[in-house]
This record gives sequence, structure tokens and C-alpha cells, in this order.
Amino acid sequence: MLYLSLFVLIPLAAVVVKAVSSGAGTLWSSIDNTLALRALAITVVASLIVAAIGAVMGTLVAWVLVRDSFAGRRVINALIDLPFALPTIVAGLTLIALYGPDSPIGIDIAYTRGVVVVALMFVTLPFVVRSVQPVLIELDPEVEEAAASLGASNATIFRRVILPALRPAIFSGAALAFARSVGEFGALALIAGKVQIASLVIYANIESGSEQSAAALSVVLMLLSLLVLFALRRFGGGVDR
Amino acid sequence: MTVSRRAMLSLRTVAVLYLALLLLLPLAVVFWRTFEHGIGTAWSYMTTPAAISALWLTILVALIAVPLNTIFGVGCALVLARGKTRGRAVLDALIDLPFVVSPVIVGLALLLVYGQGGWFGGLFLNNGIRIIYAVPGMVIATVFVSLPFVVREVTPVLVEIGDEQEQAAATLGASSWQTFWRVTLPSIRGGVAYGVVLTTARALGEIGAVLVVSSNVPGSTLTLPLLVYQRDSQIGGQVTTSVYAAATELAALSVAVLLVMTLFGSRSEVGR
Repeated sequence: MLYLSLFVLIPLAAVVVKAVSSGAGTLWSSIDNTLALRALAITVVASLIVAAIGAVMGTLVAWVLVRDSFAGRRVINALIDLPFALPTIVAGLTLIALYGPDSPIGIDIAYTRGVVVVALMFVTLPFVVRSVQPVLIELDPEVEEAAASLGASNATIFRRVILPALRPAIFSGAALAFARSVGEFGALALIAGKVQIASLVIYANIESGSEQSAAALSVVLMLLSLLVLFALRRFGGGVDR
Repeated sequence: MTVSRRAMLSLRTVAVLYLALLLLLPLAVVFWRTFEHGIGTAWSYMTTPAAISALWLTILVALIAVPLNTIFGVGCALVLARGKTRGRAVLDALIDLPFVVSPVIVGLALLLVYGQGGWFGGLFLNNGIRIIYAVPGMVIATVFVSLPFVVREVTPVLVEIGDEQEQAAATLGASSWQTFWRVTLPSIRGGVAYGVVLTTARALGEIGAVLVVSSNVPGSTLTLPLLVYQRDSQIGGQVTTSVYAAATELAALSVAVLLVMTLFGSRSEVGR
């Protein structure tokens, strides 16, 4: 408990204290300027897009990994963890290399919002896949067969049988992806350019010595993350990584 | 669900293409860029004094942070799974904080507490201990961001195995210390090993939190991720071989360490 307070709790408390130290009015005014608000808006929208794409593609990938069988499936399965193993700054750099000014495939989206979304998709890829996969493995194919024998079409089976069982897993995976996206720094540090992402704005504020505004924005971000954390706990799925 | 052969094939294609475009292709391009001007050029960028010192510092920070978090993680998991204290639910919730707090905020938080003019900053500075803009701060930042992994991997395993064997050991006269080493630890080894792998991965690659509390001086307080960042920001716009070389070095270190740990982790006694 001491370990936790020394390294985690006291420092976080200091941020909150700093943010409100000069009154709630100042706190609000440092958030209520266009730069901070824009940064928050961009960050939240980008994170929502990432969570949504991640939920769909992650479920698809998990389904293929569990129900399909083909040569190289194990390799693909191992590949999923790559974003966890790869340092995030390298992840960011890889995307500049591919989608940047010297792109070998002629797509230059570096320093735009598009590449921010791609970078976040990269680092959050494992969340949905890894939370859906075990549930899908446990899911009994017999129920699906029963539904099929009763004349249900594939679409109906997916909507009525498979999706309800997977929903909590998809939700918790997507929520983790969202929480991670909101605070991500490493993958975006090199590639976001002039796109004002909340974590980059906080860093810029720290560098320029305005710790007060950095702390204010931090508190808003932390509240957002805590909200996600509570939602996760209520829905029963824990935080895995 | 019986899916037709064609549907199955197209789903498979979509999944594989998605992964290839998102993961493999970008990575391949970085390697290609690194060695574009020959292996010699890349190698010389990887072995500059700053790069070598960054490599060692990265390893050093991980070597301190990972064991600390492993010991804390196992202890904390024991409290969460076996303890009967009141604060357990609170502790359970607090553990996840480092996952959901942005690394930059972590850096700021440490700055405000241990930095000059911070809550404890003066105390340490007066005694000649520099934490912020020095290696200790970077270690604390790394500890912070990688703290929950071991706890989260070990707690479910402890709950799963139950405490019957531990009780049996106790009735046979084993001390709690003996019970821990002989009964509990061997059965949670897998969980601990996986937690350590995740902790290490995070510790080696952390940038956001460390960037804020480091003075970013090449040769003394620069880890490999920071070196990549610094080289990139110095050039401004044009990403060159020096950046790609540092990134490849970091990726190689990370992947090598993790591969070795995964291969031997489950067999050797982790945490001893």
C-alpha cells in the first residue's frame, strides 16, 4: 500500500491539487479555451472511431482465428501481440515510414488526423481480439447448429446467438482500447504533427512551464478514464492489461 | 454457424490483409529504411556513444523496475486473492490506475511531487538526491506505468487454484514462508512469468512518462525510446536513417528480450 501511494497515489493527488490550487475558476478558464477544448474534442472523437473500428475488426479477426483453420494461423495469432511487444515510439515511426512523405506506396497522410487514427488502431489492436477470443472458444457450436437446424440464416444466428454472447467481451475490449487511445503519447509523439492531441498538448504545456494548464487538462483526461474504468467494472469485465 | 467456403475465404482474406496492412507492412518498411544505405551506415548510427549509453540505460531502468514490480505484484495479488482486509476493494480499483492514466500525466505528477518546488522535491534535493531530470525519476516513472501487469496476471491464477493446498501445507506444519516458496509460488509461476513479460515490454518501450522527467541529455539520461524521439525532433520533418536505426535497435532489443523470456520463462523459476 505504501509502495502504491508513494509511486502512484501521491503523485496523482498532486496533479489534482495543482489543478485546483488557484481556484475552480482558474481551472475552468484553463480548460475553456479553444486549444484545450479542440484537443479534447479531437482526442475523444479519434478514440471513439478507433474503439468502433477495433470492435468490428477485432471481432472479425478473433472469429477467423478461432473458427477458421489454415496454414499460418498460429503465426497470425502470435502476431496479434506484436503491438504490446513493440515500443510505441517504434509503432509511430513505422507509420511515418509507410504513410509519410517518403511513402513507398504513395500515400502521404503523415501529420494528419487520419494517421493518428491508424496509429491508435495499431497500438490498441490486441485489446478486442484478446478479449473476444477466449469467449468465442468457450462458445458451444451446438447452439449455433441448433439454431441452423431450426431454419435460422447465418445473419440471424450471428445477430441472435453469437453476438449476445460476445457483447460483454467486445464492449470491454473496446472500452480498454478507448481508454488507451485517450491517453496515448508514444505512438503519436512523432506523427501527430500539428494535430493537437490532448496528451501532446499536456506535454507542450509542461515544456513551456505552464504546469497549471497541463494539470487542468490532465484532470479532465483522468476523469474521462475513470469513467471508462467504472463502466468496465459495472459490466463485469475486468481490466486485463 | 455453417459458413460457405467462399465466405470463409473472404473473411480470412480480410483478417489477414488488415493485419498485414496495419502491422507487418509498416514494420517491414522501417527495416528497409534502416538498411537502405547499407548495413555499415545503420550500424554506425546504432553504435554512436549516445546510442550505446541509451541502450544500457534502457536495460538498467528495466532491470530495476521489473523486479520491483514483480515483488510488489505478487505480494499485492496475495493480498487481493487471500487477504480479508477491508481496503481490498479499494486497492483492487486503484491498481488499474496506471493503465488508464496517460503517461504524460504520470510524468507531470512525478514532476509535481519530486521535482524542484514539488511536495517532496526539496527534501530530496537538500540531501543531494536528484530525482527529476535524472535516472531515479525515470525509474519511478517506469515503475508507475508498468505496475499493474504482474498483479493482474497473478490474481486470477491465485483465485483459480484456491487455498486448499496451502491449508494442507499449513496443517502439515509448514511455516507461511515455506508454504509460499514450496506451494504457492510453483503454482502461480505461469502467471508471474507472463506478467513479467508484459512488464518488461512496457518498461523497455516507455516514452511518455520518462520523457517528462528526463533531462534528455545524450549519454546520461537518454533511453532508447527517448533517443528515437530526440533524433527525430532535431531533424525536423525529414525522417532519416539515424532515426530508423535507433528505432530498429530498440525494436530488436525489445523483441529479443521478450522472445528469450517467453521461451525460457515458463520453465525457469521466475521471481527467485
